[in-house]
Amino acid sequence: MFEVRLHGRGGQGVVTAAELMSVAAFDEGRHAQAFPSFGSERTGAPVASFCRIAEAEIRLREPIVAPDALIIQDPTLFHSVDVFAGLKDAGYLLVNSVRTPAALGIADIAARLPPGHVRCLPASDIAQRHIGRPLPNAALLGGFAAMTGVVGLDAVLKAIRARFAGATGAANAAAAREAFAAMTEAARC
Amino acid sequence: MLKQIEGSQGMAEAIALCRPQVICAYPITPQTHIVEGLGAMVKDGRLSGCEYINVESEFGAMSVAIGAAAGGARAYTATASQGLLFMAEAVYNAAGLGLPIVMTLGNRAIGAPINIWNDHSDAMALKDAGWIQLYAETNQEAADLHIQAFRIAEDLSCPVMVCVDGFILTHAFERVDLPTQAQVDDFLPPYRPVQRLNPATPYSIGAMVGPEAFTEVRYLAHQKMVDALDVIPRVAAEFEAAFGRASGGLVRPYRTEGAETVVVALGSVNGTIKDVVDAERAAGRAVGSVSIGAFRPFPLAELNAALAGARRVVCLEKNLAPGLGGALASNVRMALRGQAPVLTVIAGLGGRPITRAGMAGVLAAAAQDALDDLTFLDLNRPVVEAHLLRAAGLRESGPIAENLLKALNPGRVERVSPRRVQE
Repeated sequence: MFEVRLHGRGGQGVVTAAELMSVAAFDEGRHAQAFPSFGSERTGAPVASFCRIAEAEIRLREPIVAPDALIIQDPTLFHSVDVFAGLKDAGYLLVNSVRTPAALGIADIAARLPPGHVRCLPASDIAQRHIGRPLPNAALLGGFAAMTGVVGLDAVLKAIRARFAGATGAANAAAAREAFAAMTEAARC
Repeated sequence: MLKQIEGSQGMAEAIALCRPQVICAYPITPQTHIVEGLGAMVKDGRLSGCEYINVESEFGAMSVAIGAAAGGARAYTATASQGLLFMAEAVYNAAGLGLPIVMTLGNRAIGAPINIWNDHSDAMALKDAGWIQLYAETNQEAADLHIQAFRIAEDLSCPVMVCVDGFILTHAFERVDLPTQAQVDDFLPPYRPVQRLNPATPYSIGAMVGPEAFTEVRYLAHQKMVDALDVIPRVAAEFEAAFGRASGGLVRPYRTEGAETVVVALGSVNGTIKDVVDAERAAGRAVGSVSIGAFRPFPLAELNAALAGARRVVCLEKNLAPGLGGALASNVRMALRGQAPVLTVIAGLGGRPITRAGMAGVLAAAAQDALDDLTFLDLNRPVVEAHLLRAAGLRESGPIAENLLKALNPGRVERVSPRRVQE
């Protein structure tokens, strides 16, 4: 079972991202379970969501305490929430930022994880260009697909287009596609 | 059709396939997405022949459902938490009138202190209102139970409450296999009321009954529940034959063969419990579990049989009967008639996660016969004891929630005793 925890702020599509990831995994024939950090979240408040992906039925209902991957939609959360709690030693960390892990002050976390398992992606900038709003979740899903290979880009794009009709779906899909390409390029460097 | 969807949307689609003719609802978290989904389907025509009525309160919702069912329409509503309490009088009336209303309860805690998260306090508060109570373990079962619920309700002339863990199921995306309209039509014939209230030929239902017959009316209400013990498994078996998967029923044992300790629970936590049982079995410990699918009527004989070999029974329950323990354990003790000790573990109150780690600790204590009769899982004992120490010797009435938050978040919550201000 592969477990992903997503951290962001209310309004950034943190819950939607987990749901779309589960739809993409389902589309690839696997079992998936996505759920929010149950609460009365407000715009801007810290929000977490979760996604489990497995080959067999997922019965477990506890929150994800030892994630295989973390997606951080807003790095300012580093100061208020213990977002890294339980991250596995072989885990992945994807951060929405134009800065480097060192500049973000998480070099110690980066050093603990395998090479290539820590990436920063300017997801808000990518989203701003494609969607016209800094909603980073679609781009981060594209980046996650490139970084981990846990879900494929095609399934991510299909999930996005199924959720958002017309131009909105196309714009989000374009953001995911650009993020996927950027992350694939970064991995070659 | 197999879909990856939110539990609430899966339920909404399953309910729509049951062709409800009146849906009345008042929004309350966490059931809101279900009635929103149904409202959208009525509006865009996917659910035809259905009147969707926005009501002014939960009391109005159940009252409209009663009127609709008495008028000959298949009626559906949903609520949660204080919403259920607000409609309580009408909930009893629906059962007393024998109206086959189906209601989803998105299980949630009851205040004060206000808490929107999941537990079973709401369902337990009205467990004896004369409604059948079914509990869903997964979102597949949540969808399936609604299809069965209309059958059971109309076969028995008795309302059915489908209890679905708020957030944990209602807001979770997972795979749900939804049947076709033709399949559901074959399984669920149209609603046929014994009478239809009609303004053209007015008459009354719900007449006053005095001491000369009230006991007999109540006896028959009990007998209806006894009959439901046959109808619920029969409908579940017919459902399995028609749809090709097992859902519903009275009790569902899991690896109870030779189990010394058996965990009994309601609802979605049974998924986590099964993972714990597998881990315990893999470590050579004889643990099993029983998921109770119907809490009302309570399956005394079936549970007795399922727990026959157990040395001890641990009831993991998301409700608290203050001053007693838990409603589930009290009922399970009646089923076991003293055959084995029944231990109560209060867990998951107000949305506290029930984890494998926490349950493993409970089972380790149980295996050594060291589990107390009543345990509060993962209780923050220092905070509780600090409050008890502070309260000792005082004679002030009032809420304690702010004190506990102050202990957990020093400096963030102020509580000043009016009496001390005067001093």
